Amino acid sequence: MPDRAGVHLAARVHLRLVYAFLYIPILVLMVLSLNRAGLPTAWTGFSLKWYGVLAESPAIVSAVRNTLVVAVSATVISSILGTLLAMGAERLNRSSTLDALLFAPMIIPDIVLAIALLSFFTLLNFTLGLHSIILSHVVFNIAFVCAIVRTRLRNFDHSIIEASDDLGAGRFTTFRRITLPVIFPGVLAGALLAFTLSIDEFIIAFFTAGPGESSTTLPMRIYAMIRFGVTPEINAMATIVMFVSFALVLLSQRIDRGSTQP
Amino acid sequence: MKRLGGATAVLMLTGTLIAGSAVAAEKIVISNWDGYMPADLLERFTAATGIEAELALHGTNEEIMGKVMASGGKGYDVIFVSSPFAEALNKLGLAATLDPAALPNMANFYPEAMELKHDPGNTFSVPYAWGTTGLCYRSDLVDGEPDSWSYLLTPPEALSGKITMLSTDRWLLAAGFLANGYSVNETDPAKIEQAKIDLIAAKRGLLAYDDTTFYSKLVSGEASLVQAWDGWCNYGIGENSDIKYVIPKEGTDLWVDAMVIPAASAHKAPAHQFINFVLDAENGLWVAENILYKVPNKAAMEALDPSLIETYPNLGMSPADLLKEEQLLDVGETQRAYARAVSEIMAAK
Amino acid sequence: MRSRRLHALLLATPGLAWLVIFMIIPCLIVFFYSFFERGTYGGIDYVFTLGNFARALEPIYLTIFLDSARIAGIATVIALLLAYPAAYAITLAPPGRQSRYLLLVMLPFWSNYLIRTYAWIVLLNREGLINRGLGGLGVIDEPISLLYNEFAVIVGLIYNYLPFVILSIYASLQRLNPEIREASEDLGAPAWRTFLRVTLPLTLPGVAAGGVFMFVLSIGNFITPDLLGGGRVHMVGTLVYDQFLSARDWPFGAALSMTLIAIMLLLLFLQAVLVNRAQRDRGTAHA
Repeated sequence: MPDRAGVHLAARVHLRLVYAFLYIPILVLMVLSLNRAGLPTAWTGFSLKWYGVLAESPAIVSAVRNTLVVAVSATVISSILGTLLAMGAERLNRSSTLDALLFAPMIIPDIVLAIALLSFFTLLNFTLGLHSIILSHVVFNIAFVCAIVRTRLRNFDHSIIEASDDLGAGRFTTFRRITLPVIFPGVLAGALLAFTLSIDEFIIAFFTAGPGESSTTLPMRIYAMIRFGVTPEINAMATIVMFVSFALVLLSQRIDRGSTQP
Repeated sequence: MKRLGGATAVLMLTGTLIAGSAVAAEKIVISNWDGYMPADLLERFTAATGIEAELALHGTNEEIMGKVMASGGKGYDVIFVSSPFAEALNKLGLAATLDPAALPNMANFYPEAMELKHDPGNTFSVPYAWGTTGLCYRSDLVDGEPDSWSYLLTPPEALSGKITMLSTDRWLLAAGFLANGYSVNETDPAKIEQAKIDLIAAKRGLLAYDDTTFYSKLVSGEASLVQAWDGWCNYGIGENSDIKYVIPKEGTDLWVDAMVIPAASAHKAPAHQFINFVLDAENGLWVAENILYKVPNKAAMEALDPSLIETYPNLGMSPADLLKEEQLLDVGETQRAYARAVSEIMAAK
Repeated sequence: MRSRRLHALLLATPGLAWLVIFMIIPCLIVFFYSFFERGTYGGIDYVFTLGNFARALEPIYLTIFLDSARIAGIATVIALLLAYPAAYAITLAPPGRQSRYLLLVMLPFWSNYLIRTYAWIVLLNREGLINRGLGGLGVIDEPISLLYNEFAVIVGLIYNYLPFVILSIYASLQRLNPEIREASEDLGAPAWRTFLRVTLPLTLPGVAAGGVFMFVLSIGNFITPDLLGGGRVHMVGTLVYDQFLSARDWPFGAALSMTLIAIMLLLLFLQAVLVNRAQRDRGTAHA
């Protein structure tokens, strides 16, 4: 069947081109980050100086710290609440309202969620700061953690829990000895994903942040850098941020998959 | 157990980080445009007064207005905004009344700076920098001197697609008003409509609307002619001496960027100290040298190195000449019509 | 049984409460704001009006909605056309490798959106790499305008959401029973016919899910038109942002947001209907 082989070959070539489309822009930034002149116009020699510029900028260092505070806090809260929510949701009868509620944070336009949260905090006369970003990030993080944990729970034999209950094991024992080990990789994968989303999130942080450097996160800083001109440090920053995201996602995948394989 | 230990470590780390970021000491928060004051000005202020100061950045007047409206100004102690926005803050009751006794360095001002139309006597705002809006261009890429707003609105073929205009409503509309010989504070709906039509027609010749990176587009050669604030054009001139600034023959606006203390500020006394610090002759000079904008500080401007004025001629414009231009003022209810006109311009093809 | 349900509710409550407090209630506030008037200097005048919605339907704002829909639509269609063969190619790989290929697709999707968008500024600007490359090859004499227009916005949207669309189509292709396809081919149907009559209809739910998701995320997008459109491309997301910052017209911004949410819900509903119908069809085919 020559035409089928031809189609398959074409599809494979197409896939390679898609990979090129996805990765070339990122690679360009990475290469430019090592360019001494820092400009995309000409290669003027290898240099790590833009990484040095980043490390020495107090605004960047404080933005990194703020981002970590937000991401770690939002991840811890959302992992706990998201896991409990997933366990609860799986035991409740299927309800499309519940599904919609859990799906909404993933799909609601972030600008809408951002202004909604700003209106909410303003109406309550709530002082904005890192804490308001954390409260807001938990919203979409819960949804992602919950979705991942639910998938794991669905693939797992609930009769074990019932058996454990029947054998008189306490709820907590059942949870600790049976449920948790089963879902833990899912929780961890969800947590890493939540962390990744949180360190990259811009619009919601922008609207719900308080005044000053003390609540400026890294994406807010990156946005300002892009808006205020193409400065060469952005490429170095982009490279680091990309590597961190890639590492976290790979780790999350590894944990989640490694445990499903026998 | 090991895992639990890890979790505890993470929690403790978070705790320390949060505690570390919420310093209890009195600290004032100043919001300014990125790059609009010397990088070490706050350090100098802290060294001189012992008061800690933190910088918040905003991209545009609109952005800081939005934030201040949302928070009622809570959390900010000094904000830098253009005068029409300072007026609006005052009318909203969000600006504190200033105490002239705490601002003795206002004595360094040119007399004109005490009598600006938006706030005679500087009761709720203190001018920080002032200047004009004009055309900033690459003299090696533009034939002759583009001395008219019509260069933006009906550009010669060679400049088509190599022009940027400011996108914030007051300055975008100003280009349309001035080209028609209207006031920069126009309230006549028919004239606003005419400016809108002209600006929509001008869209074809534009590379982009740009409030923040136009000078780097000139330097890179992406753009040849941009609508710019004089001081920001100076950044371009600093990188490429072929870049020049011109005030179109139809005239332009006088804009004033001012410092305002929000009524909700919890640190009004140190905020006054900060403003007074900026108005000091030496500090004013340091500001002008660094940001390359004119400051209304007579003592500072007289001390300015003449070679700077040679490189950046617009720094030499006298207050008398500045005041010949019409000052941008708050237009009250008409602001809605402006916002609408700009939305229509932006949405047009 | 009753205590089981109670127990489940107890587990779900903190998370649900969070979503209600920090998503549902804020959205309801925006909903209420959309029925009030704007104060002269911004803020809200608590006077009931339907004017904000009427205004959202005026030609100029309607144009922005339609433009956003057109831009999002074009981007989505191109992304689907690119994604389908890519997803198909992944299903051709040995099962063990498929997840690795898929991960390679998804990796950029989970990284920083701002940076991925910024990369296109570097590539597309007048002095950028693509212009220089084309100039160097002698394809063009003068740099061409690639940035700050709809083209750039569409490229940016496709770039950012393509991985998700591939994932969603892959998921439905993978579920497809290869025997059905083979049976059709064994019966002598040409490959294109098998594709049109068997494969495509059965994978339509995945196509619809990916397409709707991408369309919804694109139409409400703010960053892409903001950074790649150079202020010349206005989309609903930009309009909402402007109302809350530049125009200080919260009620109108609220009305626009509600309209956006309504569009989103409508599309999700249509997609659900489509998926249900596809499942029903499949059910009858098996019977």
